Amino acid sequence: MAWIEVSDLRKVYQRDQQQIPVLDGLSLKIEEGEFVALMGPSGSGKTTLLNLIGGIDSPTSGDISVAGTNIARLSGAELARWRSNTIGYIFQLYNLMPVLTALQNVELPLLLHKMNGAERRKRATFALELVGLGDRLGHYPRQLSGGQEQRVAIARALVSDPKVLLADEPTGDLDRKSGEEVLQLLERLNTEFKKTIVMVTHDPHAAESADRMVHLDKGVLSA
Amino acid sequence: MFHLVLVNLGRNPLRTLLTLASVTLALFLFCALSGVLDTLQESIKVGSETRLVTRNKVSLIFPMPKSYMQRLQAVDGVKRVAISNWFGGSDPANPRDFFAQFAVDENYIPIYSSDVDIVEWSQLPAGVPAPAGVDPKLAVFETEQTACVVGIKLMEKRGWKLGQQVTVRGTIYPGDWTFTIRGVYKAKKKSFDESSLLFHFSYLEQKGMGGSGQVGIYVLQLADPSRASAVASAIDGMFQTSAPSTRTESEQAFQAGFVSMYGNLPFVLRLVGLAIVFSILLIAANTMMVSMRERTSEFAVLKTLGFTDGAVFGMVVAEAAVITVGGGTIGALAAKFGIEKSGFNMLGFLPSMTVYWSTVFVGIGIALVIGAVSGLIPALQASRLRIVDALRRVE
Repeated sequence: MAWIEVSDLRKVYQRDQQQIPVLDGLSLKIEEGEFVALMGPSGSGKTTLLNLIGGIDSPTSGDISVAGTNIARLSGAELARWRSNTIGYIFQLYNLMPVLTALQNVELPLLLHKMNGAERRKRATFALELVGLGDRLGHYPRQLSGGQEQRVAIARALVSDPKVLLADEPTGDLDRKSGEEVLQLLERLNTEFKKTIVMVTHDPHAAESADRMVHLDKGVLSA
Repeated sequence: MFHLVLVNLGRNPLRTLLTLASVTLALFLFCALSGVLDTLQESIKVGSETRLVTRNKVSLIFPMPKSYMQRLQAVDGVKRVAISNWFGGSDPANPRDFFAQFAVDENYIPIYSSDVDIVEWSQLPAGVPAPAGVDPKLAVFETEQTACVVGIKLMEKRGWKLGQQVTVRGTIYPGDWTFTIRGVYKAKKKSFDESSLLFHFSYLEQKGMGGSGQVGIYVLQLADPSRASAVASAIDGMFQTSAPSTRTESEQAFQAGFVSMYGNLPFVLRLVGLAIVFSILLIAANTMMVSMRERTSEFAVLKTLGFTDGAVFGMVVAEAAVITVGGGTIGALAAKFGIEKSGFNMLGFLPSMTVYWSTVFVGIGIALVIGAVSGLIPALQASRLRIVDALRRVE
């Protein structure tokens, strides 16, 4: 069985009386340790697919199996626990807590794990050093550049050692140089730490960092 | 997790402080108003069922002839009769800082010996015996016309010392009246007034009344308290055809009647207290709603990280509770210690105001409920938030 397996996935949004199909019977397999880029035009359903794989949205029908768990059948609380153990999510706009320092932001996911404060700080510091921000532990997001903020977000995503990293346009809001650094970091996490990565991107250059590109169009895979 | 709650409260310190201050003020007012109610209630209870008060039937403010004294003393069941006369003076140096003064006769303090202790008193010169039948602690007071006995709270508040001369400017009885403090009394019950100045009725009669032979009220100690009602009826019957006729009632009923002169004050105070609590509930709820709306995407991120709906709910409620319980505790304690320290006593008409610990705990409890209720709706909204909706990203 593939590490991530999506079978006959359908997602339909309801707007007033209108039904809007976003994913239409999509099936996809991603192997453990693979780095996959999801590409496609706006409205093709790539972020919806990413959200479904990450368990932050639920499918209208079909199955999603991630690391051996069929998440389509989990309750809300079970999904939350599953996410904290399995998924690291990287947002386009970083979504850091402005009132927390870089270190505290990275510590956040660890609050959900049985761990004392010293251990939390040790692991968060390690994650920040891994993304090259060991000297920015006490900085608040407003004191960091966009590229640094995204690296903090990556540290937050990987601090609890998730099986899968999901990135939604991680370079979409960054300049070329910062975007390049983020892509190199993701490549390193994939090759050195064997993280399975699924990245949504519009940018063909960013997609080249991945092992494989998957194109979506109108909710189905395209050639 | 609690650290996260505190950090979130600090994200807009001014808003948090203002909300905290509004809750503090509201709970201060609530506890202060409750303190007034409790004090009113206690001032009724402090009046004894076993002592009677005889006053002018028309109104408390009209005097009665001093000649009634002997007739009252002769009524069967009356053990002792004392005179008490409202003086109504003020401190010439600080006229607004009012305290009560009563002109009393030699029977007055002995009648209240079960309620007060003389804790400080001037000593007679060596070798001079106390007059017969006089409490040695009151010997100097009783033998000195301008002497006075002062409640311990008034002594502390004014920083007065035993033997000191104090001047009171009369409003009903004009002129400056100088008294020498010869005794200090302390109440045995907390609710009993400790902020009055008592001086000799004979001095008032001589200097202020020009021998008019009028007195304010009579306080009667009974030989058999179970006959209070019969004695009261006998007295009023005796003076029925006199001018003025009298009204005799238990001291407790007298106090209740005195309190009723404030009108329906307890009802108004309760209404104001409830209005304050309700308005602060709305303010706290509004603040929490605004705060939650500003952080919609942050709650979505927390949920993405794995925080459950329950954890998010708890965080929002905890934020509201910290503000309201924090503010409520400060307000309730400020009322307790601030008002009690001020010695406020409704211009001397009541014992010094007391905010009971039970009121403080009720206040903090109310603050906790306000926190829970004001945080409930935003917490529900935050916990029910759909991540994808909050992130507003639909491709």
